[in-house]
Amino acid sequence: MLPILLLFSLFILLRGHYYPGGGFVGGLIAAIAFVLHSFTNGTDDTLKLLRVHPSAFIPVGLGIAALSMFAPMLVGQPVMTGLWFNEPFPVIGLIGSALFFDIGVYIVVVGVVLTILFTISQYSE
Amino acid sequence: MLFAILAGFIVSLLYIPFGRFLKGRLAVLASLLPIGLFTYFAAFIPDIQDGASIAFHQPWVPSLGINFDFQLDGLSLLFSLLITGIGSLVFLYAAAYLKGHPYLDRFYAYLSLFMAAMLGVVLADNVLLLFIFWELTSISSFFLIGFNNDNADSRKSALVALGVTGGGGFLLMAGLILMGHLSGSYSIQEMIATNEYLKGHALYGLILLLVFVGAFTKSAQFPFHFWLPGAMKAPTPISAYLHSATMVKAGVYLLARLYPVLGGTDYWTYPLIIIGGITMLYGAFHSIFRTDLKGILAYSTISALGILVFLIGIGTPQSLLAAAVFILVHALYKAALFLTTGVIDHETGTRDVTQLSGLRKVLFPLAIAGLLAALSSAGLPFTFGFIGKDLVYEATLHTDGILPLVLTGLAVVTNIFLLYAGLLAGLKPFAGRLPERYSAIHLPHALMWAPPLLLAILGIAFGAFPALADASLLNPAATAMINEAIDSPLKIWHGFNTVLLLSGITLALGVALYLARKPSAHGLAWIERFNPLSPKHLIASLTRAVHRFAIRYTRTLHNGFLRVYLLRIIIFAVLLLAFRLFSGGAIRLIPDQLSPVGIYEIAVVGILVAAIYLAVTSTSRLTAVVATSVIGYGMCLLFVFYSAPDLAMTQFTIDTLTVVLFVLVLFRLPSFLNLANRGTRIRDWLVASAFGAVIALIGIQVLNQPIDDTISKFYGDNAYVLAKGKNVVNVILVDFRGFDTMFEIVVLSIAAIGVFSLLKLRLKASEKE
Repeated sequence: MLPILLLFSLFILLRGHYYPGGGFVGGLIAAIAFVLHSFTNGTDDTLKLLRVHPSAFIPVGLGIAALSMFAPMLVGQPVMTGLWFNEPFPVIGLIGSALFFDIGVYIVVVGVVLTILFTISQYSE
Repeated sequence: MLFAILAGFIVSLLYIPFGRFLKGRLAVLASLLPIGLFTYFAAFIPDIQDGASIAFHQPWVPSLGINFDFQLDGLSLLFSLLITGIGSLVFLYAAAYLKGHPYLDRFYAYLSLFMAAMLGVVLADNVLLLFIFWELTSISSFFLIGFNNDNADSRKSALVALGVTGGGGFLLMAGLILMGHLSGSYSIQEMIATNEYLKGHALYGLILLLVFVGAFTKSAQFPFHFWLPGAMKAPTPISAYLHSATMVKAGVYLLARLYPVLGGTDYWTYPLIIIGGITMLYGAFHSIFRTDLKGILAYSTISALGILVFLIGIGTPQSLLAAAVFILVHALYKAALFLTTGVIDHETGTRDVTQLSGLRKVLFPLAIAGLLAALSSAGLPFTFGFIGKDLVYEATLHTDGILPLVLTGLAVVTNIFLLYAGLLAGLKPFAGRLPERYSAIHLPHALMWAPPLLLAILGIAFGAFPALADASLLNPAATAMINEAIDSPLKIWHGFNTVLLLSGITLALGVALYLARKPSAHGLAWIERFNPLSPKHLIASLTRAVHRFAIRYTRTLHNGFLRVYLLRIIIFAVLLLAFRLFSGGAIRLIPDQLSPVGIYEIAVVGILVAAIYLAVTSTSRLTAVVATSVIGYGMCLLFVFYSAPDLAMTQFTIDTLTVVLFVLVLFRLPSFLNLANRGTRIRDWLVASAFGAVIALIGIQVLNQPIDDTISKFYGDNAYVLAKGKNVVNVILVDFRGFDTMFEIVVLSIAAIGVFSLLKLRLKASEKE
């Protein structure tokens, strides 16, 4: 289940700009994937699978989102102006700074949800 | 100029990584900063003397009127030189005084921070900028008073000082904003241009009140003076620097600076004369009963600050010149006396003036410093204090009406007491026979006796040759206050006149008092009998009352029961919404506008109702949780029906996670108990129904409003054009309202950190057991 759900969550994330979906929902789905994994295999196993503690995701995601916010300033435009590559990429489609912002949101959401849930579940044990 | 002010902040930051290298012998290097700044400001003397003023402008938040506007004129220069000059000596002195102290780096960091903030106060031309620096001085003063942080008294005094000055600062901010708002500019120079309008405005009185309270709390005026004696818990160099020579004069500076804007009216003059008069007499009277050297100096400082406020209140050119002179006089002799006291304390271990005598035999250079400073404070001829005192009398004599008699009388009495206090602090410890137990004392390092000696000598030099400081410093300072040139050079000898007579009387009576009265613990005990009536005591009991009220208030409103919070929030929201709803007109339901109800909707609503019933009546937690999640999924279906797929997806995943969360914590809970009795159940039922009803009514009412679709139309039209997205909801989230989303994920992260740390803490604690 885990790979399929993760793939699905990425799909949701990427299609967000055109169809229902986006970083927030995508992140939640990815989090659910890991939670289901931890239900079957135990929290410790999931933590091993992740290699890093989920709390480490939070700063990474925040950093990506913040960078994508301030990136336009480098080319002399106001904060949060959408920047876009002119040529579409294969499969993914157009890539813009909004996508990176959404990826940041995605990672933060995964990090937050897993941190809270795993901490509580470890506490319960 | 910006760099000169920021240098202190930068240096104090540098102490964080490099502080431990500067703790040892290199500590003296710290004084390079104030010495450098002193030279920098001293280089401006010729320009300022010619009547120029140097302005510096750098936009910061122009939309709010906050800019880095600095203005260096005579008044600012006088203060800048005092701050950096006495700062240099204090930095040097402290290197020896606190030698080997484990927190020496911290000490210098605070001190640099303070110096930069104080320079900012006296140089800022923008009142909001001034206020920011003003608060920074309060904060650095807090850290420095509480420097001996293992001493409960120090901590308490630091808090009292911060409370008083911070409270005053709060009112000051209101006053300054009011001023800026009325005059349309936050720049003091521009306010001077519109001062007639300000003085005539109905809110003029309020502005004065707010500014006065701010200045009085900072400059320790009656009845806010009590924090200053407490602040003497700080190491002595700090007392000399912050609580005598510079920071406490910030209030005086503010009054002097705002004199051209607000001053000259009766509302300005009388409160300042009255409060300043009370303070100078009160402080001087109290100082003669103290036996602790620093206590004596603290109360005489309060008195000197009172004199300054008093002089600014009188507001004649003579009195403002007198104020400028007295600022310098007082800073020189009082800092010298404080530093001398510091050495005495350091070497003998006591500051009790009844115990000390004959120290001139072992601490000779200090005895000279103490004597010279005491003479200057006594106002003996050929000292700078003499000129200062003369000018004060001159100023009080040249007022109108019956005031001269009263004011001069006040000034004479105050000066007699101050003279006594000065002799007590500067002469008494060194005079007489040296007790056996002090005979082994050696003269400390030159860094400790040279600074007070230098200050004391300067006090004499400026007195003997007043031209040294007159045209270069003091005249421009007074000129800056009244905006017109003052043509009265300082002189030692004015001929035989009333002023000389008054000086003679002061001197004679003061010396007589010194010879006749010996300080004793008895006198201290006598004056302390009046403590219950003192402002300090009254305000302390007020604070305790507020504290008790806060405890009671918190226990009632924030009792820690989540359900009580929820209940209150919901009731409040219901009342608020209901009020708005019913005051907005009739509620109508127009059936035609409703979309037809299909079989799916009816089925979903039926499921919802059943789930709600189950959730409320179930006696098993698990059943209730499952039922609530059914409600959530039902809602998702409704969202899908009414074309809100984004919302539905999010709700769906959130619900799933909520169930997971519930299941995780469920089995930690004790088995199900029905704690709620019938009464609370009915109450909860009522509240819930009311909430639902209000929301439903709002929903109906929304339908009746003509739909304003400009916003959704804007997003719909622009989503693809501006942000290249076809999903409007997502485009709003990541592009148009991207800042909101950014802050939301930050909040999420904070929540995660909160849960994580709270539970980890508990885990660790339970692991220990």
